[in-house]
Amino acid sequence: MKGFILSFRSEFYKTRKTMAFWSPIILPLLLCMLIFIGFYSGSDKLAKQPGVILWLEFAGAILGVMGSLILPMLIVFIAYSVNNIEHKADTWKTLFSLPISKLSVYGAKYLYAFFLIFICLALFVIFTLGFGNLLGAIKPSLRFSEYHMEGLLTKVYFKLFLSSLGILSIQFLLSLLFRDFLKPMGIGFICTITGDILAGNNWKYAWMFPYSHPFLAIQSLENGKHAQPGPGGMPQITVDLFTKDIFVSLAIALLVFAAGYFIVLKKSVK
Amino acid sequence: MVIYTEGLTFKFGHQTVVNSLSLRVPEGSIYGFLGPNGAGKTTTIKLLMNLLQTQVGAIRIFEKDLQTNRIGILSQIGSLIEQPAIYAHLTGKENLLNRALLLEVPSQRVDEMLDLVHLKDAAHKKAGQYSLGMKQRLGIGLALLSDPKLLILDEPTNGLDPNGIIEVRELLIKLVTKHNKTVFVSSHLLAEVERMATHVGIINHGELLFQGSIDELQALNQPLVQIEAENTVDAANFLKRNNIDVADINEHQLFVPYIDKKQMGELNALLNQNGFTVYSISKQQKDLEKLFLAITQNA
Repeated sequence: MKGFILSFRSEFYKTRKTMAFWSPIILPLLLCMLIFIGFYSGSDKLAKQPGVILWLEFAGAILGVMGSLILPMLIVFIAYSVNNIEHKADTWKTLFSLPISKLSVYGAKYLYAFFLIFICLALFVIFTLGFGNLLGAIKPSLRFSEYHMEGLLTKVYFKLFLSSLGILSIQFLLSLLFRDFLKPMGIGFICTITGDILAGNNWKYAWMFPYSHPFLAIQSLENGKHAQPGPGGMPQITVDLFTKDIFVSLAIALLVFAAGYFIVLKKSVK
Repeated sequence: MVIYTEGLTFKFGHQTVVNSLSLRVPEGSIYGFLGPNGAGKTTTIKLLMNLLQTQVGAIRIFEKDLQTNRIGILSQIGSLIEQPAIYAHLTGKENLLNRALLLEVPSQRVDEMLDLVHLKDAAHKKAGQYSLGMKQRLGIGLALLSDPKLLILDEPTNGLDPNGIIEVRELLIKLVTKHNKTVFVSSHLLAEVERMATHVGIINHGELLFQGSIDELQALNQPLVQIEAENTVDAANFLKRNNIDVADINEHQLFVPYIDKKQMGELNALLNQNGFTVYSISKQQKDLEKLFLAITQNA
């Protein structure tokens, strides 16, 4: 366990000045800010909308752009970055000759990539809520204060996080095996487009394809827009966290982690 | 023995890269691991570091089996394998601090290392901007950071200028004589190893061709009588007719295996008395470089 913590801290130390660490922070800030500006400038048209629709439009705009393309691409980039830092510096041999178990070294790197995606999605929740409330405060005509979606949004983003673990683990393994960016990037890009098309066309078996999972996760909120009004007149939006696509995503993450570890054990270190 | 291998064999596919290697590295030695490029030195080192899985044979380090005591053994080894592994986007000091974090070494040790490898002034410069020699020195600093009992260095003087080479050599000698370390250093340059090593192993095509102390290596080196004569070809033929071996011949000199001083006198007299003017006659030690070539080429 100590070896794992040391390795994890070292991962942070190594990446703290690189885009690998900063992109999951800058991306949500930038994206939420852009949508914020869009809503601010178009506030006249939105003034008549009830709070619940405003929130759904605001959060949905961010989620829509992000989930189908940007999140998978960020995953490709992060999985590449945390591995490439060792490929580039030729440091795999040093990592695996440390007096730390190979499982700790490998596991720390794997979980660090998960951690970065987690931070990114957590920041999306925080910035969405922050900018939404800020809009409501500086433009009182926008009735953001009417509705609270903290719980719902957290749940959707957590579902998005779980749904991205399958992709992340596959991309992680690809980046561990291949030195260059083009292979994992190319495979990731093609699979993401395929996944979006499959999920977008409601293909029956899209839940089995990990690159469709983020899209499916976002759909759960989109479906909420057509929800029936509940007792208070507010629509009752429920997000089912553990759907079968999430189980597939988690299973793939576990399986690929184990496969990757097996490869690390057997592979000759360059 | 600090390093002890028995029948160590390693294959990449069908190609045998290391062939039943039995290394004996005694404590407190500087063991020069010599061989031409591609002889299997780096593969051997990677096996010793458990970066490659042992296929056949056994490795014991500090009298313990490497497979079952990996972490305990690795915690006492500092290594530099091929070109130094350095994060180019971090400064030299940050590279050391990162490793200190992983090895749980106090950060003051980082400053000591910077001082030791003369990188204090460049400590805050990005390591990517370092010259080859500075990178190599940083690599040595990284290897020494945890104050290991055994240092395994793969071609540590690669890319260093003559001053740097001398510094590294003196540093290694100091580590062994004053701090009781053991150093295992690979090289393809005999001249470099000869100046510091106490023990030598010579490897080619994955096989150990010689292993022993540097004195034992010297003893293999048979001295010759170098004779500078008027007509070397005729003189050599004449000696052969008198049942005297001629080891080598060129336009100006001929060489006869040395036995003793008396033999030198007799050779001189014999040649002069039979009309071959001898300009000079002396005992000569074949240099180790030639011996190294002879050992590796005869294999």
